[in-house]
Amino acid sequence: MSAGVGSRPALSWVVNISVILLVLAWTLPTFGILISSVRDKNQLALTGWWTSLTASERNLPPVRANPPVEAQERDGKWVLEGNVFRDGSGEVRVFGISSREPTKFEIGETAELRDGGVLKVESNGDYLISYDQKPDGERGQRIFVTGVEPPKFTLDNYDRVINSEGLGQSFINTLTVTIPATIIPILIAAYAAYALAWMEFPGRALLLAVVVGLLVVPLQMSLIPLLKLYTNIGIGKSFPGIWLAHTGFGLPLAIYLLRNYIAGLPREILESARVDGATDFDIFRKIILPLSFPALASFAIFQFLWVWNDLLVATVFLGNNEEQLVLTGRLRELLGSRGGNWEILTASAFVTILVPIIVFFSLQRFLVRGLLAGSVKGG
Amino acid sequence: MSAETHSSSAEYTGAKANGLIVTAALVLLIMLGGVALSAALATVAYIALSGFMNQALMQAMLVMVLGVAACLGYFWGSNRFLDTIYPARGQDAASNILKANQIRPWLFLGPAIVLLTIYLIYPVFNSIWLSFRGPSGDTSVGLDNYRWLASDPAFRESFFNNILWLIVVPAAATVFGLIAAALTDRISWGNIAKSLIFMPMAISFIGASVIWKFIYDYRAEGTDQIGLLNAIVVWFGGDPTAWITVPFWNNFFLMVILIWIQTGFAMVILSAALRGIPEETVEAAIIDGASPLQIFFKIKVPQIWGTIAVVWTTITILVLKVFDIVLAMTNGQWGSQVLANFMFDWMFRGLDFGRASTIALVIMVMVVPIMWWNIREARKDM
Repeated sequence: MSAGVGSRPALSWVVNISVILLVLAWTLPTFGILISSVRDKNQLALTGWWTSLTASERNLPPVRANPPVEAQERDGKWVLEGNVFRDGSGEVRVFGISSREPTKFEIGETAELRDGGVLKVESNGDYLISYDQKPDGERGQRIFVTGVEPPKFTLDNYDRVINSEGLGQSFINTLTVTIPATIIPILIAAYAAYALAWMEFPGRALLLAVVVGLLVVPLQMSLIPLLKLYTNIGIGKSFPGIWLAHTGFGLPLAIYLLRNYIAGLPREILESARVDGATDFDIFRKIILPLSFPALASFAIFQFLWVWNDLLVATVFLGNNEEQLVLTGRLRELLGSRGGNWEILTASAFVTILVPIIVFFSLQRFLVRGLLAGSVKGG
Repeated sequence: MSAETHSSSAEYTGAKANGLIVTAALVLLIMLGGVALSAALATVAYIALSGFMNQALMQAMLVMVLGVAACLGYFWGSNRFLDTIYPARGQDAASNILKANQIRPWLFLGPAIVLLTIYLIYPVFNSIWLSFRGPSGDTSVGLDNYRWLASDPAFRESFFNNILWLIVVPAAATVFGLIAAALTDRISWGNIAKSLIFMPMAISFIGASVIWKFIYDYRAEGTDQIGLLNAIVVWFGGDPTAWITVPFWNNFFLMVILIWIQTGFAMVILSAALRGIPEETVEAAIIDGASPLQIFFKIKVPQIWGTIAVVWTTITILVLKVFDIVLAMTNGQWGSQVLANFMFDWMFRGLDFGRASTIALVIMVMVVPIMWWNIREARKDM
């Protein structure tokens, strides 16, 4: 295309580097939660995800040794043993016994405790506290270690959110909402679009204008009236209720996109079919539907992404219980109840965005086509 | 002669009116019949089958299949019925086809019109009515809701923030989108870059909020920062800050999320528009010795103003409706409230449908100019 313009090497470098920076800015946030979601939760809470591959030196959270009353007698001394690493792997550089001087002692040095014990820490994390007499006391000594922990990766976070935080059930609920809420509007809109594109009837132009106008009506307008309506006629909070709601809200875009596409199909095909005695219903089913596949696919992806990612409609039209809470609602709830547990939030977020991202990358072609048809042509 | 014409045209009008009424009645009858039949079939099947299956998943799938089947059933059944009462054969074939052709558009359009009316048109009028009513809609309060709105500091804050969002987000997303479009069109791996910049569009607002909340995460000074932003700030020697709690500026940290999501949309559309620019105009400029920047700003951008306007208005409408980001990040605390979340707050926590409807109407009024412009533009095309 305009390659001739930017062919000067210096400029080409600037362009390449700018694009790399842009791409980094747009992908790093997502990449960050993906990496974090498979990190060990203790490491995740202490260091940035960008350090996750390096086994860097860091202050580990203070470890409390076993309480002195549990000391065992050995060779005339009373000893307490253990390891400062929960799973036994890692390397200690320095240690300390108070939060003011967490790096006071080197490996091999002994620290004298206030209760008369003597603490030694090995570089592999093993510690040994020995007393001359049988100690008492319920509170174990706090040991501060600065150490090197190897990077740890795990799928435990996913196991936890899917099985015990309820994301598995929410995944099914979201599917239950999304599939019909994608198919039903396509069916209804396709028929309406065909009528608006190819059939003659009074009021067609007005209807089209109404559809275009409704494209931008904010959802907020509809929530309260429909909530009242649903309560009055007894639909309440149910899956059919939310399917219809998503259908209603998605229809203007669906009709608009499909109508533009169907109106652009060659008229001759239709006329020759009519001459052959086909009814409108046959023409629609056998000719229009197959031909408009690209437009149908575009809208289907839009609607799928929109419904899958929706929080507002689901919050209003579905309940907050186990059987109805969708992924977005669950994520919002976890954000409230587990605000600081990033291992849960990152894994949950990734579960909720996984399917849309797969759909996005595999069907991007149709999505782009739909976007262009929806905004450039319609202006 | 003229009297005769007159009378015959009156007769014709009368017949047409009669025909219309009959048509309307028939459409209604067929639609109701179609719906009733599909609903009945669906219910019977549901009851018959749900006895055997207790698992939630099976039930969900069943309900799904039935919902879609009911929909298909309507279109098939109603068309079949129309062909049965007005068969396109026999001695009345011609008039039957004519009659059926009058009715069929309405069968095709019926469900769409009914749903649009219930879900989008009726609520507009109902909301207007509710804005003059009390919390539950049972009592009339006159203009109280509007008076409350005018004097409520929280509303003023939301309104001000919304204006801020409306200025910053569409502008930033469009500019970034334009830059991304212009740059990616010049390099060999441009399509991959586009895909990656476009990707956030597939992520839910709430998912994006979690992603960015992690970036804005704050740890006390002296400990390792696990949020990227604070880590960078500390690395450059600054003090870590709890970004989303800083009044006024936190608005911008929330806006970043929406800009991040929408840039890809702007890029895709603007890139297509840039490619659509006639080569000759660009070549002429090159021959005249224009620099790449001059070509971009003086030749290309002016030719795609129309598309830029479309992108801008589309994002503007989205901005007015976005509430998830504010709900998830701050829930309107620290001076970051916006209208959509303010409305949600009055609906679910305040439980005041009157006030919530009034706020919704404010959002609607802000959309109306764009709606009007869209309709005008669309009519030019059709």
